[in-house]
Amino acid sequence: MSLRVKRPHVRLTAAVVALAMTTGVAVAQTATSRSGDAKPDDYERWENVREIYFPDRKIEDGAAFITLEAPYRAQDAALVPVSVKATVPRDAGWSIKTVTLLIDGNPVPLAGKFHLFDEAGGGGVEISTRVRVNEYTLIHAVAETSDGRLFSAERYVKAAGGCSAPAMKNPEQAMARLGKMRMNLPQSLPVGTPVTAQLLVSHPNHSGMQFDQISRTYVPPYFVKSIKVSYAGQPVMDVETDISLSEDPSLHFTFVPKAAGELDVQVLDSKDDVYTGEWPVTPQPAS
Amino acid sequence: MLPNMKALIGAIILFRIAGSLPAAAAPLPVEEVAAGVFVHVGVAAYADRSNKGDVANMGFIIGADAVAVIDTGNSPALARDLRDAIRQRTSLPIRYVINTHMHPDHVFGNGAFLDDRPDFVAHANYQSALMGRADAYQRRLEEDLGAEEADKAVMVPPTLTVGDKRELDLGGRPIELVAWPAGHTNNDLTVMDRTTGTLFAGDLVFQRRLPTVDGSALGWLRDLDKLTAMPAARVVPGHGPASAPWPDGAADTLRYLNTLVGDIRALQKEGGTIERASVEAAASERQHWNLFDEDNPRNAVTVFAELEWE
Repeated sequence: MSLRVKRPHVRLTAAVVALAMTTGVAVAQTATSRSGDAKPDDYERWENVREIYFPDRKIEDGAAFITLEAPYRAQDAALVPVSVKATVPRDAGWSIKTVTLLIDGNPVPLAGKFHLFDEAGGGGVEISTRVRVNEYTLIHAVAETSDGRLFSAERYVKAAGGCSAPAMKNPEQAMARLGKMRMNLPQSLPVGTPVTAQLLVSHPNHSGMQFDQISRTYVPPYFVKSIKVSYAGQPVMDVETDISLSEDPSLHFTFVPKAAGELDVQVLDSKDDVYTGEWPVTPQPAS
Repeated sequence: MLPNMKALIGAIILFRIAGSLPAAAAPLPVEEVAAGVFVHVGVAAYADRSNKGDVANMGFIIGADAVAVIDTGNSPALARDLRDAIRQRTSLPIRYVINTHMHPDHVFGNGAFLDDRPDFVAHANYQSALMGRADAYQRRLEEDLGAEEADKAVMVPPTLTVGDKRELDLGGRPIELVAWPAGHTNNDLTVMDRTTGTLFAGDLVFQRRLPTVDGSALGWLRDLDKLTAMPAARVVPGHGPASAPWPDGAADTLRYLNTLVGDIRALQKEGGTIERASVEAAASERQHWNLFDEDNPRNAVTVFAELEWE
């Protein structure tokens, strides 16, 4: 299984994908017990994945301050909501610089590497996104601190077929809004208090594993590679993404409203097309 | 055209192999819901070995010259029993096999009718939707009914597609086909028997078994708006009783979809998450449906993502 990934950001060819698919684990959808929780194999796989993304690095248990949330049994393997929360004490002397979200069992485990900046609200982190899950697997969130340490939290998810699930229930409509974005801001934007916003990017995010039986070929991978969010000219979060993100990527992130400014988003996809969006943020003065 | 022909020939060969196996012939029980219109009622459950995949409604209409079959069930064995039920009542040729959409519980029996050389009739989007999911459907059939039964199933490409409307004739008996914009799926096709005013709505209408959203919830509501305005005496739902009065027969489906959409819109307005939707949306509908706990959370997730782009 470790064959599937040699290094991060590997570009998938149809052959690699086909191999990944044939080695995929068969799945019964009916079991309701928790007996299928992580097995030794899952931890062996994590060792491989860890070595690929964090070679020769020690990863400490971050369960005490990182919470990784995902449904134990996903409703839709192609759209599994995942959130990472981390609380860092104000006097800790360090902050979280990146969070890497890994779906161990996916052909490309990296769902996203989130680079965080001060504008994201200081030491704490709150990120949500939606991912594809190709087979029952552990997922990991790995936080790297400003003083160079790594901490991880893990979760077991029962879902299968998310990467090869057919694209788009309504293909014509989906392609018509390619590159369009939405920003959902909370109604209340108090100055100086971190708030959560949601960014939606309309993009098919084809995994390269979706087989078209009519043309007898795989739909070529076509996905969002990076998302950069800035506020009032300062970076909030840069995300490196890959095929493990769901179609129409969704991202919840935090920022701290201050004097009037703009949220700017720049999205780059695998065809090197760039999409941009701006949203004015009108904060309310603290009362 | 050529790949389709190849697939068809392959399908025919497969079917002949399957056909040589001993068949446990037992004509399916059917109800005559109107003169010359027959319906077999499937159970409101997931397909499994105990129900042999008998989980969706199937029907046929007998005209003066020919027969049309509407949906063929989840397995070839079941469809052979449906064919026996037809042959108990008429020896007229089976001229059309119509699929109301590409879901396995409505199409996996198609192969049982290949020897009749009918036209296989479907929505213009049917084939691409089916083929995009073919591998997953085949695997699931194997899990649900076992490898032996799954091996016999074939996916027959349509020989006649409908992009908008089309009329077929069974001999002094016109039947009207309408292809709908994305609703339950992106390839819903309805069949109206004008002689008796019987509307085969496919899965645009559910009763008893929870509707599943595999197309567009908003599109489905728009489709139902138009469909309920079409005059008919009765509807044959894709899941539920053999027939129900029209348009009242759509009430349960409409109520569920409106509740689901309404709850999710309200939740999104207050900044609620997709996780919350999977637990809370349409919770008031639970008592009305079979398979609610199994399928409602997924509907909620699907519709949540759809409504984010409203």
